[in-house]
Amino acid sequence: MDFTFTPEEEAFRKEVAAFLEKEVPQVYREKRLTFFDMSAQPDWIKVHRVMAEKLGAKGWISKHWPREYGGQDVSPFHRLILREELIRYHSPGYDAIGAGIVAPALMLKGSEEQKKQHLPGIASGKEIWCETLSEPGHGSDLASIEVFAKEESDCFVVNGQKIWTTNGHFADWNALIVRTDREADPNYRGLTFFLLDMKTPGITVNPVINMAGHHDFNEVFFDDVRIPKENIVGGLNKGFYVVMSLLDYERTTDPVYAMAGTYLSDLAEYARENRLLDPLMKNRVAQLRADYEIARLHHYRVTWMQSRDMVPNTESAMNKMVSFELLQRVSEFGMELTGQYSQLTEDSARVPMYGRIPSCYLRSFGHSLEQGTSEIDRDVIAQRGLGLPRLR
Amino acid sequence: MDFALNEQQEMMQTLARDFLTGEYPEKVLRAMAADEKGYTPELWKKLAEMNLLGLSIPEEYGGVGDFLDLIVVLEEMGRVCFLNPFFSSVVLGASAIIEAGSEKQKQEYLPGIAEGKTIITLALTEESAKYTPDAIQTRATPQGNDFIINGTKLFVTDANVADYLICVARTRETDNPQNGISLFMVDLKMPGVSCNPLKTISGDKQAEVTFDNVKVSGDNVLGEIDEGWPRVEKVLQKANVARCAEMVGLAQQALNMSLDYAKERIAFGHPIGAFQSIQHRCADMLIDVDGSRFATYQAGWRINEGLPAASEAAIAKAWVSQACRRVMNSAHQVHGAIGFTEDHILPFYTKKARASEFSFGGVDYHLEQLAVEY
Repeated sequence: MDFTFTPEEEAFRKEVAAFLEKEVPQVYREKRLTFFDMSAQPDWIKVHRVMAEKLGAKGWISKHWPREYGGQDVSPFHRLILREELIRYHSPGYDAIGAGIVAPALMLKGSEEQKKQHLPGIASGKEIWCETLSEPGHGSDLASIEVFAKEESDCFVVNGQKIWTTNGHFADWNALIVRTDREADPNYRGLTFFLLDMKTPGITVNPVINMAGHHDFNEVFFDDVRIPKENIVGGLNKGFYVVMSLLDYERTTDPVYAMAGTYLSDLAEYARENRLLDPLMKNRVAQLRADYEIARLHHYRVTWMQSRDMVPNTESAMNKMVSFELLQRVSEFGMELTGQYSQLTEDSARVPMYGRIPSCYLRSFGHSLEQGTSEIDRDVIAQRGLGLPRLR
Repeated sequence: MDFALNEQQEMMQTLARDFLTGEYPEKVLRAMAADEKGYTPELWKKLAEMNLLGLSIPEEYGGVGDFLDLIVVLEEMGRVCFLNPFFSSVVLGASAIIEAGSEKQKQEYLPGIAEGKTIITLALTEESAKYTPDAIQTRATPQGNDFIINGTKLFVTDANVADYLICVARTRETDNPQNGISLFMVDLKMPGVSCNPLKTISGDKQAEVTFDNVKVSGDNVLGEIDEGWPRVEKVLQKANVARCAEMVGLAQQALNMSLDYAKERIAFGHPIGAFQSIQHRCADMLIDVDGSRFATYQAGWRINEGLPAASEAAIAKAWVSQACRRVMNSAHQVHGAIGFTEDHILPFYTKKARASEFSFGGVDYHLEQLAVEY
């Protein structure tokens, strides 16, 4: 048992903090932007790319990767520390999809050529990714997806529509899963995973604006989009297994507890300055502070498992759900704390905290839906973790 | 960062689990809940022979292992809903002596605890049932080289079978209630000490202990006179984390029983565990059990390392109490009406969980401690 970081990890945290102290745009820190609501800033994409390339130049995005892929083979707690500090400094720049999900999945399932082609780009912060998994008719029931790729001599030709594609409007590459066999039984054995250059002709990206008014999502249309066969990951009709490991990474990469913790501290500071912390509110803050600690430990557990080359699965689902639901509660608490002021938008007179409060709250409705709904998480925990029988 | 038990801790876990599974089946639990003393000398002797009564007592006083070994064993005790003076003597009595006692007092009392010859408990709580220093109203008035103790202590665990109790009393009136508190080692056979049982829902043994002009020698002051409260706080920190460890065990077992039942109980042609309403409850239970364990281990680890642990202990006690309550409620819902009967073992767990939650400060008390940060 050990609940501290190593001296080397602590030193890394200090190094990252000193760097961010200088590099993060002042307005991002002043407004205390949060990971899930900073995309509403007009210059966000530009700042995100600039910061990503700076982190890449430092070698930090890939620091925990094996040496053969350009990393320094240090513990995955370095990834966690980097992201905790980015959140504490209200900084964009970490491509949660490319660096967080696609890179580890490629290391596990990709061909040598695919690794050589993409890992350096992701490590440099220059190659930004999106993923197209869900479809208008299929979200949680991923195995039923319908977008079809027809095999031709040298490529597959994709037609159909995907949706909820975060960052699809500026990503360079796309992790795509489509149907390649309509007769497969069970249906998940007819899916194939592709890497797709977003500059390929035939791709149309339209914005889908969420209820917080942010443009994160897109719908993506494929009209005779031709993908070379060498872009298949994990083998023809074996894409579902790639997606499953992708989702395990997705549920462990974002330190959502840290977003909740930073936002809670910011709210508490605002409350203190404005004398809002009566005993009842103090009790609420303390409760969320305790909940934060538990969420943090759930996340540290999965990171620790990864540091020991164990593959967290149910543990990832637990981690993801605990953290995201905590962030929802903290976001709701912000509304209660500020009462009528919580309805004021960022451009309104008398708005508290630059409009963070409604922005985070409205965005938080997505937290129990994204990366698999809380219901799917609970299914995973009960069936795979606790061995309870399946009805279907 | 390391979430795994080390070899020694794994060994203690296996040892304790095997022993308790064999020695403490439901039949014995029921007997002990009904029994006036609440333990048998035979089982106590076996605990001593296995060195379990010396857990976390330093080796030079006849003990073995550290605080984390004790935490691991307490978790196993929680799994069988262990009703026994173990907690009173090994956690409360021994910790108070380790934290407050002089070298001579440690040599005098700790080996007896480890060998199972002496049972020592803590008399702290009073009528207010609070764990703040102002709650200490029992007076110890100096008289020559002696002290005369007057007052009433409540919820004193296992006072009915203890040889000594450590009485927390006020020795000086001060503006700051933290100052002027001292700890006394009191022989329960002393004239003026009377002990009346408080009957509890969980079947553990608690008592009201009255001190009526009890004369104790100045040699029986544990540690420094008037300087006792910071020591009490240390003991409370350990006691709270130790309670958490028990609750982790209680919750883990309640989850295990619920899973077994959900897999075998058939309704509408399926095991009820195949229904999402049951599955999602069980998933939440697992999250609560694991989260409770992490919080407990983190606080226990910090105490064991000698690091500041006030926040971590408060977080653990507040959160584990709530989580354990949720787990018990869900366990009852999964079990349906059969778990609502006295014939089922589940109510023992529910009752002990509630008793554990309130001892050494409930949820709101610990959240208040935490709120000091804001």
